[in-house]
Amino acid sequence: MKAPSSPDAVRCAAIRKHFGENDARVEVLRGVDFGARLGEMTFLVGPSGCGKTTLISVIAGLLDPTEGQLEVLGHAHAELKPADRVVFRRRNLGFVFQQYNLLPSLTAAENAAVPLIADGMKRSLAVKKATDLLGRLGLGNKANAMPKTLSGGQQQRVALARALVHEPRLIICDEPTAALDHKTGESVMELLATAAVAPERAVIVVTHDNRVFHYAHTIAHMNDGIVTHVENTPSRNSIAH
Amino acid sequence: MNFIALRMLMSDRAKYFGLIFAFAFSTFLLQNQVSIFCGIMKRTGSQILDVTDAEIWVMDKYTEYFEQTKALKDTDLSRVRGVAGVDYAVRLFKGNPTARTLAGKFASTFTLGVDDSTLIGAPRKMLLGKWESLREANSIIMDQAGYMLLFPGEPLELGKVLELNDHKVTLVGISNASAPFVSFPVIHARYSEAIQFQGRERNQLSFVLARAQPGVSPKELARRIEEQTGLKARTTAEFAWDCVVYYLKNTGIPVNFGITIAVALIVGLAVSGQTFYMFTVENLRQFGALKAIGVTNQRLVIMVLLQALVAGAIGYAIGTGMAAAFFQATLNGMATRGIILMWEAVAGVAVLMAGVVACVSLLSVRKVMVLEPASVFR
Repeated sequence: MKAPSSPDAVRCAAIRKHFGENDARVEVLRGVDFGARLGEMTFLVGPSGCGKTTLISVIAGLLDPTEGQLEVLGHAHAELKPADRVVFRRRNLGFVFQQYNLLPSLTAAENAAVPLIADGMKRSLAVKKATDLLGRLGLGNKANAMPKTLSGGQQQRVALARALVHEPRLIICDEPTAALDHKTGESVMELLATAAVAPERAVIVVTHDNRVFHYAHTIAHMNDGIVTHVENTPSRNSIAH
Repeated sequence: MNFIALRMLMSDRAKYFGLIFAFAFSTFLLQNQVSIFCGIMKRTGSQILDVTDAEIWVMDKYTEYFEQTKALKDTDLSRVRGVAGVDYAVRLFKGNPTARTLAGKFASTFTLGVDDSTLIGAPRKMLLGKWESLREANSIIMDQAGYMLLFPGEPLELGKVLELNDHKVTLVGISNASAPFVSFPVIHARYSEAIQFQGRERNQLSFVLARAQPGVSPKELARRIEEQTGLKARTTAEFAWDCVVYYLKNTGIPVNFGITIAVALIVGLAVSGQTFYMFTVENLRQFGALKAIGVTNQRLVIMVLLQALVAGAIGYAIGTGMAAAFFQATLNGMATRGIILMWEAVAGVAVLMAGVVACVSLLSVRKVMVLEPASVFR
């Protein structure tokens, strides 16, 4: 399921999403137009409850949109069967969560290797590959450490390794610095900018933290279920193509 | 992914051990109670099964079990012998006279009077002495448990003198008779003497023991005897089973054991189910992350089932070990002799525990199946 090459990693057009019915109906996305380009780090920012998390859940294929067109890495969401979506997500997407979501019973290397193991790679080979990546991310000496023995920044770096290990073409980060102090958050963002951004890969970051906005190539502002405006930050250049 | 499932299971030590304990305790109780129940029920027919010389038991047509006898007429023996296919038929007396030792210790007994000339029905498993010694005048054979009851603390020894209904008798053998349902000493004597131990009645013949000629099946012969004599005739296995059925129907034993077995099952199911469900709920975020990463529902269900299966299998193995140790420890006790861990109980409880594991997994599987992977972003 190799995606065709396209400068646009994600294209959302008039995406709507509601939860509940009748009196309990809540419209969270109200016609979102959004795009994320390969080789760029796109920030999705806005106040709490504006629909950022719902939008990335839709982009990741974790939620189905109620209406609208969604294309991810050249594949129209509506054309993929549910089972294919899972495989597509496993092979093409990487996630960094706000609360890291590392498995506490696995070592750092094993945690980072999960996407490879889930895709059928032999455990020893997957762990070796993950250990190498952790080394490149500055955690070579912590490969066998359990998550609870790691600091928040180290855990987020393990989560970043897990997001990168299978070389996905789209990485989705949900508030990656929210649980970290400023300095640690900066280092995680620096790592994300250097290790995750690549010509054939797009990175979408949902964040509240305006202290890290300068890492973005593009910032999409959301409010009340729609993208209100998009700004290209002059400080960074896209490395796509 | 299986190693991830097992690591998840074993990392929460408290729940892991709680789960195993619930499965083990439930298994132990189930196997223990089922085996004891079956062992006790088997005792209701043990004196029948101990008679290996005869295949058919003939009795009054209203007899339902071994303890319940209505004496036959002496002529009934001849009528049975006259049925085509009977190889031989002999008398058997059963009574409950009181035995008294010279020291004054006494107990009601289970006395069987076997045919004087052939000694068919005499105990074949002897611990001391020979069953042929019953030919001596006023001789009896007593089982080991009865000996220990009447001569507590004394070594097994022949030549002891007892009184049975004012008749002095001498112990010429100690048998290893199967434990009866009630804990009476089991005494074997010759028919002609045994009937003297009991208060005199007009008829004394309790049973006729018969054997089929070669080529005639015991079942067929039993049918013929019933047809021609109007008496009831059962094969050894049928009569032993009749006794079990009688006690099942007419005593509270099955209800008592049934309640214990049901409680063991329900408690095992409830405790293990709740513990496993809590374990799954507490790991939902991890399952959600795996789901988001791209692990399929099918794979997650396998992980949950594997976790339940491993905990169940370990608990079952420990429980079976506990049950085996219990029965090994009680095997030689006089009161518990013959009651063993039955393979049927081990196999049956394995099936039951597999059902418990399936039920326990069900709620957790559902929880994981309906888990919204997007929840990991919240």
